Amino acid sequence: MDKITRKLDGSEILIQCLLEQGVDTIFGYPGGAILNVYDKLYDHPEIRHILTAHEQGASHAADGYARSTGKVGVCFATSGPGSTNLTTGVATAYMDSSPVVFITCNVNSDLIGRDSFQEVDITGVTLPITKCTYTVSDVKNLADTVREAFTIARSGRPGPVLIDIQKNATADEYEYSPVTPDEYRSGLNKRISRLIETHHPSIGYPEIDIKAVEKLAEMIDASEKPLLICGGGVVRANASEEFRTLANRMDSPVAITVMGGGAFGGYDPLKTGMIGMHGSQASNMACDACDLLIAVGCRFSDRVTLNPAGFAKNAKIVHIDIDPSEIDKNIKTDLHIIGDAKEILTLLLSKLKNDKKNDAWKNYVFSFRRETEYDDPENGTLTPKQILSAAAEILPQDTIVTTDVGQHQMWAIQHFKFDYPGQLITSGGFGTMGFGLGAAIGVQAGNPEKTVLHVTGDGSFRMNCNELSTEEYYKMPIITLIFNNSTLGMVRQWQHLIYKERYSQTTLDRGPDFAKLAGAYGVHGVIVRDETALRKALTDAVNSRSDGLGWVIDCRIDIDEMVRPMVGGNSFITNFMLY
Amino acid sequence: MQAKENNKNLKRYTIVTAMDNEAGVLSQLAHLFSRKGYNIETIAAGWTVDQNVTRFTIEIYSDEERIKLLCSQLRKLVPIHYVEILDPSKSIRRELMLVRVHAADRASRNEIIQIGNIFRGSVIDITPDTITLSVTGDDQKTQAFEELLKEFGIIELARTGIVAIERGEM
Repeated sequence: MDKITRKLDGSEILIQCLLEQGVDTIFGYPGGAILNVYDKLYDHPEIRHILTAHEQGASHAADGYARSTGKVGVCFATSGPGSTNLTTGVATAYMDSSPVVFITCNVNSDLIGRDSFQEVDITGVTLPITKCTYTVSDVKNLADTVREAFTIARSGRPGPVLIDIQKNATADEYEYSPVTPDEYRSGLNKRISRLIETHHPSIGYPEIDIKAVEKLAEMIDASEKPLLICGGGVVRANASEEFRTLANRMDSPVAITVMGGGAFGGYDPLKTGMIGMHGSQASNMACDACDLLIAVGCRFSDRVTLNPAGFAKNAKIVHIDIDPSEIDKNIKTDLHIIGDAKEILTLLLSKLKNDKKNDAWKNYVFSFRRETEYDDPENGTLTPKQILSAAAEILPQDTIVTTDVGQHQMWAIQHFKFDYPGQLITSGGFGTMGFGLGAAIGVQAGNPEKTVLHVTGDGSFRMNCNELSTEEYYKMPIITLIFNNSTLGMVRQWQHLIYKERYSQTTLDRGPDFAKLAGAYGVHGVIVRDETALRKALTDAVNSRSDGLGWVIDCRIDIDEMVRPMVGGNSFITNFMLY
Repeated sequence: MQAKENNKNLKRYTIVTAMDNEAGVLSQLAHLFSRKGYNIETIAAGWTVDQNVTRFTIEIYSDEERIKLLCSQLRKLVPIHYVEILDPSKSIRRELMLVRVHAADRASRNEIIQIGNIFRGSVIDITPDTITLSVTGDDQKTQAFEELLKEFGIIELARTGIVAIERGEM
């Protein structure tokens, strides 16, 4: 890298700073306030810009890119509506700790505060859904801010950061000299130095408490009925190897949260399946009966714990997490260890004296079902199990799966056997319908060699299906599998079970014809009503990858299919209302 | 205020925190309190020996469990340097109160000035019909002062909110 100081305009400084961070892909949408930046981008073919149909699609794409590659995602948008269209994507990334730097431009400094055309206080809007927000009104602060934003986004518990640059700062000139991210962390920025020195939670964590790790090793030794929970932190810390070793040495069953999908081998005999509201019987019964519960990188959300008062009532609860503010937030713990999951688990493994054997306990736990079992179809309609089994069989094992939100999401997570962190990309915390297709575009951009499967429902797909145009334009052969039950299935399920079958505003007996819609966007589209047609469509999709065209496979399923098992909100975890 | 009266476990806490002195930090701070369901009773701010750092004293009603969570949430804000809960027995709390009262006759003027003297307050403005006083102290003292002045008719009253500092080690 050329170390000479040059005078550059703000837009060029921004692009140089992105190059410093190793950015080669940006998702975004141009507009008036961000014109200078897009003008400079024109001179930088080494950065690939993916133009989406809508800023929300770009926000999910940057998020999906980040989750599947482990790199920081980057998303551009203009001022006003361009920036507010990002907000659902920002909140989605925030709830699932995904590192994305959102860069918006705003009107000129001298127009700020005058309700100018397309002016909005986007840093104010996104304050509660980001790790940090920045306003740049002077080009002097631009380079430092961009570097700081990337450092914060990827450090500690990762998360989204938003930089709002006023248009004048993208045009004015200032001196620029390149800095590597490592140089930057070692003392160039006063704030970063302070954050590092004070072990600030936004950027790091205190030294791991060895006494607590030793205590945990003793607790493991004393335990006869252990249960491990694999959370999203294991994915983010890339600690699946250490986690697996721990599970084997403890001989402990492993329950998985939605966000933990992929971090523990799908075929592993110790896996009990998902835990919580739609958790397997094995997971939930194990949670209720265990004497030691070790949760790694999970925040005990209400969808996992349900009624917190009765959660793991017979167990000592141990919480391993990078974020100190998660400790004792939802569940009171007996022991906690703050830090990076990979480091803590490595240390813990070195302190474990004996390898355990817990056959009696495992026999008890696995006497309950770990997977959902559906009845065979009586009337010849497709079932979720048939669809997912066919997809798992026909698509490559390393296929990356993105989902939207609802029944199809739960079915996909229950059925697919995910093998590696980053293989499941789903909106777990925020539950964003319309996340999946944008995310799939980001995943495919970051993983061009892999097959990307987008599992969705008719309700979710209708929300952001405009991104089919992006998929087609960039020749991304994404396979979209719609679980089309002509209803908002998950809400209907609640209406069926809790609201006396009063199906208020959930029946979606309306268009479009998704196969024809796919055709209109220039990708393959097909409606399937039975297993034979489904298998043919999936096989065709796999075989036609080289044409670069995606597939929309509209699977017609019964309107009354339900996600099983189910525990009602705030009931005890073993209190199944559906088995 | 209602929550405070309905829940006997709630206690008044004094939180001190220091943040980078830059635009937007107050709204970040205040936002976090409202997001977590708190009403800020008093908040006072000003820069410290380092003009780049602003120190806030904030008082809220909370319980022991929730205040810990709140502090760990606060510590996550990037501009935050530190967050501490002050122990009332080891700290000093003060606020400044300015109050303008009716004082149209000699007798009430004299009495108001006497009350002011007892509270070590000072008269900072006087007109034929009113007296304005300033008094410094913790909230109990300023509250008592306010109570005594009520009978004269308070025209306007302003408080700075509590600022607090730890006592030096002996």
